[in-house]
Amino acid sequence: MMKNSAEVVIIGGGVVGCAIAYNLAKMGCTDVVVLEKEYLTAGATGRCGAGIRQQWGTEMNCKLSKASMDTFEVLNEMLEYPVDIELKQNGYLILAYEEKEIEQFKKNISLQNRLGIDSRLISPEEAREIVPHLNIDGLLGAAFCGRDGHANPFHVTQAYADAAKRLGVEIYTYTSCMDIEREGDQITGVVTDKGKIKTSKVVNAAGGYSDLIGNMVGLELPVFSERHQIMVTEPVNPLQGPMVISFYHHFYCQQVPHGAFIMGQGDPNEPKGHNIGHSWQFLQELSGKIVRTFPVLKDLRVVRQWSGLYNITPDSQPILCEAPEVPGFYMAIGFSGHGFMIAPITGVVMAEMILGKEVSMPVHKLDLGRFERGELVLEPSVV
Amino acid sequence: MKDDVILCFCEDLTREEVREAIKKGSDSFEALKRLIRCGMGACQGKTCEENIQREIMAITGKTREELPLQRQRPPSVGIFLQDAARGDNDEK
Repeated sequence: MMKNSAEVVIIGGGVVGCAIAYNLAKMGCTDVVVLEKEYLTAGATGRCGAGIRQQWGTEMNCKLSKASMDTFEVLNEMLEYPVDIELKQNGYLILAYEEKEIEQFKKNISLQNRLGIDSRLISPEEAREIVPHLNIDGLLGAAFCGRDGHANPFHVTQAYADAAKRLGVEIYTYTSCMDIEREGDQITGVVTDKGKIKTSKVVNAAGGYSDLIGNMVGLELPVFSERHQIMVTEPVNPLQGPMVISFYHHFYCQQVPHGAFIMGQGDPNEPKGHNIGHSWQFLQELSGKIVRTFPVLKDLRVVRQWSGLYNITPDSQPILCEAPEVPGFYMAIGFSGHGFMIAPITGVVMAEMILGKEVSMPVHKLDLGRFERGELVLEPSVV
Repeated sequence: MKDDVILCFCEDLTREEVREAIKKGSDSFEALKRLIRCGMGACQGKTCEENIQREIMAITGKTREELPLQRQRPPSVGIFLQDAARGDNDEK
């Protein structure tokens, strides 16, 4: 039986929605419902590249990702998860092919080091020591942080969901949010395809579909969704330690603990929208980049390609706030391709915000109003 | 069928492991594969999906019509990165 009222209704059963639910319950607010229109991680969380890095170009992203990495390191124990989130910390190696990339990396690294993130600029030869099968032709240098890495998005989400459920949170899968009801400017309930839930607080954690949820309370949110494609190979013995990424070539490639290589690329010409189909152009283009950059991988078989949605804001940083025009409507959206890796701290700050507590990170700068005020802090380091 | 029969060969999963995960709440093939990797290996479910769907039916009581098949994605069989990179250009 579905509950017919709740203190907070969270829309979206991805890692962000589940992390918010867990933190609310941990802080004492257990009358929480999570709505997921398919199964947990069906959206962006379960389609992502599973990388977690702290090497960012803005102070905000560095702080959020460092605090999240601190949490990932203890997540199995904290959430009493009996499986394993498959944390792997063999680093992120970010390749530079242009002088201006080196200049940007120097700025980023100086910021990161000031915030306690142990990253450094290395030579092409050092990069090849870390990734022996890397082709360093044309490489000018690289940024490296050995504490970055990988975690399994399915298990991280399940760990949060299971812990939240133990504290009393209800999670309804295969349940769609159809509408959000209001009286005056107050939220009064959420209409689902399985019935109505009375509530005064709704959290939009709908990832690639956050714009549609915003429309339900009359908001035109400054976000759009964009397909990003990704593919995976058969598993092989451990070969590559770090995640390797290139902003110049728009690709990333890592070997996950299971043994498979996961790789993806951004397409500058990808149209906006909710398409999550696949294309042969992607398979051919990315395979070319990978074979050129890691020649030894040419004999690996690709077994699947898929895609998911980035939910993108004008400054590539998320929107974490309560809507000024719609009290009780909270948003954790617009993660612009890096929601998974900052989900642990997002869960904490959103729960604090919703419960009226002091928020432990300066995320007031990630409010909706920054776009109108023109106070954008553009993140320069996105694939 | 015995519990220690391997249902998913690529990921080496026994019938018992699959049944345990279904009982814990993974009530569709898509949900199940994300937690225990059945159907995520080299065959992409082409060998195991039928047998695993039967286990889901038996435990959840759902009918075949109520259980969606997993989404098919390319490539239809594993393809070497060097061949994918060449595409339809046989001259290179």
